[in-house]
Amino acid sequence: MIKEELKQYLEQTFPSAKVDETFDFPVLFLTKEELIPVMKQLRDAPETKFNFLFCETAVDRNPEFEMVYHLTSTYYHHDMMVKVILEDRENPEIESVYSVWEAADLYEDEIYDLFGIRFTNHPNLRRIFLTDEWVGYPLRKDYQDDRIISL
Amino acid sequence: MENQTVTPSELKTEEFVVNIGPQHPATHGVLRVEVTLDGETVKDVLPHLGYIHRGIEKMTESLGYKQSIFLTSRMDYLSAHINNHLCALAIEKAAQIEVPARAKAIRIIMDELQRLTSHELWWGSCAMDIGAVTPFFLGFRDRERILELFEQNTGNRLTMSYIIPGGVMNDVRPDFVPKLKALLKSIKDYRKEYDQLITGNYIFQHRTQGIGVLSKEQAISLGCTGPTARASGLSCDIRKLYPYDGYEKLDFKEVIDYGCDNWARYVVRMEEMSQSIHIIEQLLDNLPTGDYRTKLKGVLKLPAGEYYQRVESARGELGVYIVSDGGAKPYRMKFRTPCYSNLGAVKPISVGMKIADLMANMATIDLVIPDMDR
Repeated sequence: MIKEELKQYLEQTFPSAKVDETFDFPVLFLTKEELIPVMKQLRDAPETKFNFLFCETAVDRNPEFEMVYHLTSTYYHHDMMVKVILEDRENPEIESVYSVWEAADLYEDEIYDLFGIRFTNHPNLRRIFLTDEWVGYPLRKDYQDDRIISL
Repeated sequence: MENQTVTPSELKTEEFVVNIGPQHPATHGVLRVEVTLDGETVKDVLPHLGYIHRGIEKMTESLGYKQSIFLTSRMDYLSAHINNHLCALAIEKAAQIEVPARAKAIRIIMDELQRLTSHELWWGSCAMDIGAVTPFFLGFRDRERILELFEQNTGNRLTMSYIIPGGVMNDVRPDFVPKLKALLKSIKDYRKEYDQLITGNYIFQHRTQGIGVLSKEQAISLGCTGPTARASGLSCDIRKLYPYDGYEKLDFKEVIDYGCDNWARYVVRMEEMSQSIHIIEQLLDNLPTGDYRTKLKGVLKLPAGEYYQRVESARGELGVYIVSDGGAKPYRMKFRTPCYSNLGAVKPISVGMKIADLMANMATIDLVIPDMDR
């Protein structure tokens, strides 16, 4: 499906969810609770078959966080984005999509390390780049470090 | 002696942990792999990253779009041209910049030469990890000749930062085409040497065939791309699926193998080198004339929004996700690097194999550490 068709399909299939678009992909906004069932549906439905999670990241929209999932299909080669807004800045938490795609294992380690978003039901959540004692989460917009020198 | 009859099945074995790296030739950089072993059998593999984490994504947030090109060269230093190309394409798409035909052709030539250097280095180091030392020198010898050409035309050998938004940094030298033609001829001759030395080697084939099997389903679930996934029968060549800068006009094959093992990954990369040579040859004879870049304003601002661009790097799908707030600096720039997701494949294909096979598996997946750590 091309972008416009896919957007229409998403609007019809998920009438309660907000559907938007970026320059490249349609975007589906979900809540934390409906993430896993909807992801499984997108992966298995014969119309979409989004079986490939090629990018997972977060954006700090200060004060809330935005989880971004980029999906593609190896059958139809169409792409889309799924977004989840996390309001709680002190203790952001969301369920891991490891049960849907194994690729989430490493992607979520990185997000936990650099944004401090916790993933429940993740097989091995750890700080993959930084040391366990590192204070703060560098990719947050309010991250402070005295060692940063501005040129 | 009747009290010493202990059969092997009654003996207890103990698992132990071996740290491979961070400074180990087989990890090609600073990667630490925590391997749990039972005798010589691999039970668990846990990679530890971060030894060369520079926070490139954080740094781009305080730099302009044009400046971030120079950081991308440092991500995957074995395919710096392709990284620059990715960033340039993303910015051009968002700011709607037209690129002259000559620049597009030069970009593709440089990309494919870069793929050749990367695969030549991989060929040498892969054979070395498995135990043959000579190919390492041959791979470097041939790569060196291409790097010399890069140095003459772009000014640098490793971190070129040559492909910039709007075109390329400067035009190629007048003797670029004849030199490249001579170079391609000698590369073709050397390719025969590669096959004589390693491809037909009985020991090498035994060390790779049937070892490190990654099924297509696993490759999809793990998010693998590039030669690693194509050796498992997954069609994922970005140059074919989402062509950019004129790849759609060129004649080349997407190399797919259904062997799923180390040998298949080896064959795919070797064939990709031939395809790269074929692509360059098509462009050389009718290199368009004209401008080599579009003049841009000093400070580049992208319209507010979100953009995703992907290219086929030497290791797989390289992507950039730019979130712009309309300012001169990116709000968020996320690089989707192929090695990071391919790293996930090391554990499933190595568990249950011997430790020597773990080395072969890591070699054929072709990990570049700065690409993962960023």
